[in-house]
Amino acid sequence: MGKSDDAVAAIVSRHAQEDGVVDLEAEFRASNIQEVLDTLDRELIGLMPIKTRIREIAALLLVERLRKQFALTSETPTLHMCFTGNPGTGKTTVAMRMGEILKRLGYVREGHLVTVTRDDLVGQYIGHTAPKTKEVIKKAMGGVLFIDEAYYLYKPENERDYGAESIEILLQIMENHRDDLVVILAGYKDKMDQFFMSNPGMRSRIAHHLDFPDYSADELMAITKLMLADQSYRLSPEAERALAEYVPLRMALPHFANARSIRNALDRARLRHANRLFAARSQALTRSDLMTIEAADIRASRVFREGTPDGVPAAVGLVTGQGDLR
Amino acid sequence: MMTNHGNRVTQGQFSFLPDLSDEQITAQIKYALKNGWAVNVEYTDDPHPRNTYWEMFGMPMFDLKDPAGILMEINHCRETFPNHYVRVTAFDSTRGWESPRMSFIVNRPDKEPGFRLVREERGGRSMGYTIAPYAADRPEGERY
Repeated sequence: MGKSDDAVAAIVSRHAQEDGVVDLEAEFRASNIQEVLDTLDRELIGLMPIKTRIREIAALLLVERLRKQFALTSETPTLHMCFTGNPGTGKTTVAMRMGEILKRLGYVREGHLVTVTRDDLVGQYIGHTAPKTKEVIKKAMGGVLFIDEAYYLYKPENERDYGAESIEILLQIMENHRDDLVVILAGYKDKMDQFFMSNPGMRSRIAHHLDFPDYSADELMAITKLMLADQSYRLSPEAERALAEYVPLRMALPHFANARSIRNALDRARLRHANRLFAARSQALTRSDLMTIEAADIRASRVFREGTPDGVPAAVGLVTGQGDLR
Repeated sequence: MMTNHGNRVTQGQFSFLPDLSDEQITAQIKYALKNGWAVNVEYTDDPHPRNTYWEMFGMPMFDLKDPAGILMEINHCRETFPNHYVRVTAFDSTRGWESPRMSFIVNRPDKEPGFRLVREERGGRSMGYTIAPYAADRPEGERY
């Protein structure tokens, strides 16, 4: 007994380690990833390519964790990402989720999101940029650093611009502190392409380039309902029909910013809704009155009457096509 | 005259222990951050125990969530001042405290010569005693 048994047990366990079976299913369940992916499916409409990629990343990290159990060494995968897409396609929303997803998968330790733009990274005089960038990086460590409108970092027309210094520090950190933080760059497609053209080092250090597609009319309707439910509003059946007409009309107009335009349209509908209730203030109101947006609230939009977005003087909107950018 | 081994300067926490490893430092910083204290890196080459205010290395680091950023700064300071004393302090800003809650040395010079006992004859037959670090005989920046 005793020693020889222990030795046998050790050999057996080593064999099991060398060529053992491992339960991927159990590991998957233990990590709660399904829950995160389900919320993602539920709360983000459309965005199929993005969801697929997140699934792939989740699978990779899970397998990586199992490989570690067998002491199969491999380098930590780089998860720096670049989100491109038109305005209002959900880049920031997905980035916020990314922190939580990566934390569940055990890739980052804290999973918080630090959102910055050029102003937070680039200084105004010599020697100002490096400490500023480093401070932001230190804050983001253990989580996700989200650089919005990242193409502003590099201004090719001004060769004395300090943006290049900031990019250099970022590159170094992205390479040397891969375990400590994930950098996500976001911006419009064409401008980001230009940015990467002039910073090839940046392009090669980012493994995942995700392009956010525009939403279809049906998806926008689904998003509307989700937004309204969040704010405890609902549409009457006629209002829903009116909105279904509104969405394609608005999509055809200039400066359409996907979900953001829809959110603004809803905000204005709420305004009219409140105004309508206020005008009829002699009558008693029910709970459902306070909740329900009627067709009239939506049909009052200038999109129906004049074919210009709200918030722009009609003439200006028609002539210059400027205005409701958001 | 020092009773500790190898003339090692003892101030702050853990100074009678062997040097902390990076993992141990990380664990201590994690504790400080968990309590919401701001962690700073400071350095000096004057080991006198009454030398309270050390030079601050870089900016104070507020709003950090993870020790990795501070460890990066510590290592940067060690590279810049390999033969200085470097300490990490955790500042508690809650009202009533408003002072450092933790302080420990993370880097020391290779050779610590220790302290000399200085005697001062005073009026009458009384004697004054004090200590002076041998290292402080040389000017600042050339001490170790």
